Amino acid sequence: MTAFILARLLQAVPVVLTVALISFLMFTYVGDPVAIMLGQDFTEQQRTQLIHELGLDQPILMQFARFVGNALRGEFGLSYRLSRPVAELIAERAPATLELAGCAALFALALGLPMGVYTGLYRNSWLSRVFLTFSLIGVSLPTFLIGILLILVFSVWLGWLPSFGRGDTVQLGWWSTGLLTLSGLKALVLPSITLGLFQLTLIMRLVRAEMLEVLRTDYIKFARARGLTDRAINFGHALKNTLVPVITIAGLQLGGIIAFAIVTETVFQWPGMGLLFIQSVGVADIPVMAAYLLLIALVFVAINLIVDLLYYAVDPRLRIGRGGH
Amino acid sequence: MAAPLLEVRDLRVEFPSRRGTLTALDGISFAIAPGEVLGMVGESGAGKSMTGAAVIGLLEPPGRIAGGEIRLAGERIDNLPYERLRRLRGKRIGAIFQDPLTTLNPLYSVGRQLSETMLTHLPISPAEARRRAIGWLEQVGIPAAARRIDSYPHEFSGGMRQRVVIALALCAEPDLVIADEPTTALDVSIQAQVIALLKRLAREQGTAMLLITHDMGVIAETADRVAVMYAGRIVEIGPVRDVVKAPRHPYSAGLMAAIPPLAARIERLAQIEGAMPRLAAIPPGCAFNPRCPQVFARCRDARPVLRPAGASQAACWLYDDPAGGGVHG
Amino acid sequence: MLARALDSDIWHSFRGSPITMVSAVVALICIAGAMLAPWLAPSDPFDLASLSLGDAFKPPRWSDGGDPAFPLGSDGQGRDVLSAIMYGGRVSLLVGFAAVLLSTLLGLGLGLLAGYVGGALDAVLMRIADIQLTFPGFLIALLIDGVVRAVLPAEVHDRIALLVVICAIGISAWPSIARTVRGSTLVERNKEYVLAARIIGVPAWRIMLSHVLPNVLGPVLVIATLNLSGAILAEATLSFLGVGMPPTQPSLGTLIRIGNDFLLSGEWWITLFPGAALVALVLSVNLLGDWLRDALNPRLR
Repeated sequence: MTAFILARLLQAVPVVLTVALISFLMFTYVGDPVAIMLGQDFTEQQRTQLIHELGLDQPILMQFARFVGNALRGEFGLSYRLSRPVAELIAERAPATLELAGCAALFALALGLPMGVYTGLYRNSWLSRVFLTFSLIGVSLPTFLIGILLILVFSVWLGWLPSFGRGDTVQLGWWSTGLLTLSGLKALVLPSITLGLFQLTLIMRLVRAEMLEVLRTDYIKFARARGLTDRAINFGHALKNTLVPVITIAGLQLGGIIAFAIVTETVFQWPGMGLLFIQSVGVADIPVMAAYLLLIALVFVAINLIVDLLYYAVDPRLRIGRGGH
Repeated sequence: MAAPLLEVRDLRVEFPSRRGTLTALDGISFAIAPGEVLGMVGESGAGKSMTGAAVIGLLEPPGRIAGGEIRLAGERIDNLPYERLRRLRGKRIGAIFQDPLTTLNPLYSVGRQLSETMLTHLPISPAEARRRAIGWLEQVGIPAAARRIDSYPHEFSGGMRQRVVIALALCAEPDLVIADEPTTALDVSIQAQVIALLKRLAREQGTAMLLITHDMGVIAETADRVAVMYAGRIVEIGPVRDVVKAPRHPYSAGLMAAIPPLAARIERLAQIEGAMPRLAAIPPGCAFNPRCPQVFARCRDARPVLRPAGASQAACWLYDDPAGGGVHG
Repeated sequence: MLARALDSDIWHSFRGSPITMVSAVVALICIAGAMLAPWLAPSDPFDLASLSLGDAFKPPRWSDGGDPAFPLGSDGQGRDVLSAIMYGGRVSLLVGFAAVLLSTLLGLGLGLLAGYVGGALDAVLMRIADIQLTFPGFLIALLIDGVVRAVLPAEVHDRIALLVVICAIGISAWPSIARTVRGSTLVERNKEYVLAARIIGVPAWRIMLSHVLPNVLGPVLVIATLNLSGAILAEATLSFLGVGMPPTQPSLGTLIRIGNDFLLSGEWWITLFPGAALVALVLSVNLLGDWLRDALNPRLR
C-alpha cells in the first residue's frame, strides 16, 4: 500500500517539476522584475543590489533551486499589481474557490451518477431521451453562457437568487466560509450549477456508456442465471464494475472544475483564486500567475493520487500480494 | 421413463429484425428425467446454447419464445412473470457458462458470490451461508477452502474458477443444471477432471443435467441420452450408446465419424462437406439436404420430423417407413 | 465527377441523417453570414460616424419600442446588434479556422517527427503532450496569452491580439493530433515498403510525406473538425474573460462580455443574441464533426 502511494508520487514528480520550471522561466525571464520593483528613480548601485538580493546574478540552476525552495515554503514574492505577498493573496481567495468547486463537484456527482445509471438501465424510456438531449445541450453550451442564462432567468427575471458575490461569509480561523449563512448558501447555487453542469453531463454520459457495456458482460448474465434480484444485479454487480473506469475519468474532470472556476468566477464576480488569476493575466502580474499555475499542478497531482487510491479500493485486481495462486 | 423433470414441447424461438422475422429454433421437443444427463451436440450456431437460454428464460432480446411450451416438474415456466421466473433461476435450475474467466464478477470475492446466491434462494443466515460456501468450495475440490473463500476470482486459475462456477450453479441445490460448454474454454489436461467432477456432483445431488457441447467425446463419457441439433432443430435424439455406435441421421453419422479415435492414428478426420446454413438462408425441405451424402428428391421438398429409428428418433426421410430402419439408396 | 460524388457512401450517409443536414445548413448560414457581413449587414458597426447615442439600447424590433433599423436591437453605443454579430462571427470563425490550421500543422509535423525519428525526441515530445493534456486547453491558451501580454506593451498587444489568440489556441490543441499521427506513423514505419524505400535511399522526409501522410489524413480531418468547435469556444471563453479579442476588434465572445454588463439592467438582447449565434455555430460544427467521424469510420456503424 505505502509502496503503491510512493510509486505514484514519484511518477508525479516530473510533471510538477516541469510546471515548476515553466513557472520559474516565466518568473525570471518574462517582464523585468527588477525594473518593476525599482520604479522610475534608482541608482545603478540600487539596481545591482536588488539583482543580488533577488539572486538574479547566480547560475540559472541555483536560481531554479532557490525558486523551488521558496515555492515549497509558499513564497512567491510580491504581486506586481497589489504589492502584497502572493501567498497571502492566494490563501485569502482559496476558500471561496474550494467551496465553489466542492459544491459544483457534489452537484455533478449527485445528479450525474443516478442519471447515468437510469439512462443505462432504461435506455428507451422517454425520460432517458430527455436526459440525453439535455446532456447534448450541456456539452455544447459554453460555461459562461450557462452562467449568463442562469443569471438572466433566476436573478434578473425571477429575482430569486443573487447574481454576483459570495453573500455573507463567516470567518473560521483563516478560512472564510459562505456555507453557514443563508445569503452565502443562496449565492452558491447559480455558480455551482454553472460550474458543475458540464461535468454533470459528462459523468452521466460516461456512466451510461459504461453501464451498457457492463450489462453485456458474461458475469452479469451469470448473475441473472443465478437468480439474483434486479436490485443486486444493477446496483451491486453492474454499478460497482461501472465505477472502475468512471472514477478515473470523473476524477480528472473534477480536476478540470478548479481550472474552469476561472470562467465561473468571472461571470459571477466570485472572489476566488480564478478571478485573481484572470485579473493577473490582464495586467501580466507574473508572480501571481506562476504561483497559481504551480498550485493548479499540485491540485491535479493530488486528484490523480486520490483517483489511484479509489481505484485501489474498488478493484481487488490491483491489490497484489494478498493470497496465493 | 419416469415423469420428466423438464419437458420441452415444440419450442420455437424467433428473432424479429428489420428484414423480417428469423426463426432460430423450431419444433424443439425433448424431456429430461430426474437425475438424467441429456447431452446436446451440434456445430456452433445450431441453436444449442439458445435452447439452454430459452429454458432459463434468458434469451437475448429481441429473441423471444414464439411457440411451444416448457414445463418444469409439470408446471409451465415459459410464460411465467419475470419475478417468479427469477426465483426459479439458481434455485431450481442452475447454469454453468462456458468461460470461467468472464463469468465471475472480478470485484467480489468468491465467498461473497456464493453466499449471495444462497442467501437469495435459501432461508439461512449469513454465517450459515459462509459455512456452506466453504463446504461447497471443498466439494468442488478447491484446496484450503477456508482460506481461499475470501480470494478474488483473478487469484484462481481457469480450471479452479470453473470449479467455483460449478459450486455457484449447485449451491442452491437445483433439480436441473444447464451446463453450456463447461469445458470448452479450459486446458485439455483439466477438461477431464472438471467433467468428472460435474458428473460426480450431479449423481450425488441427484441433479439432472442438460449438457451442451460440441465435443462428442464429452457426451459419450457423461450423458445418458443425446440430442443432435442442426440449424435450429433436433435431427436425432436417443440413448447415447445407440447414437454414437449407430447414428441414424446422416448428419449424426458425419459427426460421429469426425470424432478422433483415441487409439488410432489417422491421416485426416472425416469431414462433412460444406457449412451449416445461416438462419436467413435455410433451404426448403430438410435443412441438411445440400450437404447430405444420401440426399434424394423428397429431402428437397418437405421437411422431415422426428420418427422412431432403431432405439432413437431421427428427423430423416430415410426412416419414413415406420417398420423400416433400412437405408435406401 | 459530381455524379460520382453524389453516389458515394459519404453522400448517402449524409442524406440519411436529417440532424446532419440541418447542422450543415445552420453552419452554412453562419459561415455565409460572417463572410458576407460587409455586404449583408444592415450597418457597419465600426463606422463610428454612423453611430448615434440616440439609438442606444433599442430593444429587438418585435418588442415595444423596437426600431426596424435594428432588427435585433442596439447596444449601449447605438450599434446594431445583428451587424455586430455578423462582423463578430467573422472574427470568431477566422480565429477558429486559423487556430485549427496551426494546431493541425503542428500536430502533423511533430507527430510525424516523433513517430519516425523515435528515441529521445519522441519521448520528450510525448511527455510534453502528456503534461499539456493534463490541463484543460483553454488554461494553456490563457497562460500563453498572459505571457505574451507580459512581454509586449499593451498597445502592441492589442494590435496583434488576433495573432496572439490564434497562436495561443493553436499551440494548446496540438497534442491530440500529434498522438494520432505518431501512432499511425509508428505502424507505417515498420512496414516493408517503407523499409524498402529507405534501403534504396529515399530521404526520410519524402517517405513520410508520400507514404505516411495519406494514411493519417482521415483521422486528422475528423479531429480537426471536432477541434474547430473547441477552438471557437476557447476563443469565445478567452474573449469573454477579457484576455482574447479587444473591444476594438470584437469576436462573438467579446460581444457577450460587453453585453454582460447590461444584463442586470434588463438589456438582455445585447448579450443573448451573440450567445445564441455562438451556440448555433458550435453545435452545428460539433454535429457535423460527429457525423464525419462516423461516416469515415465504417467500423463504428
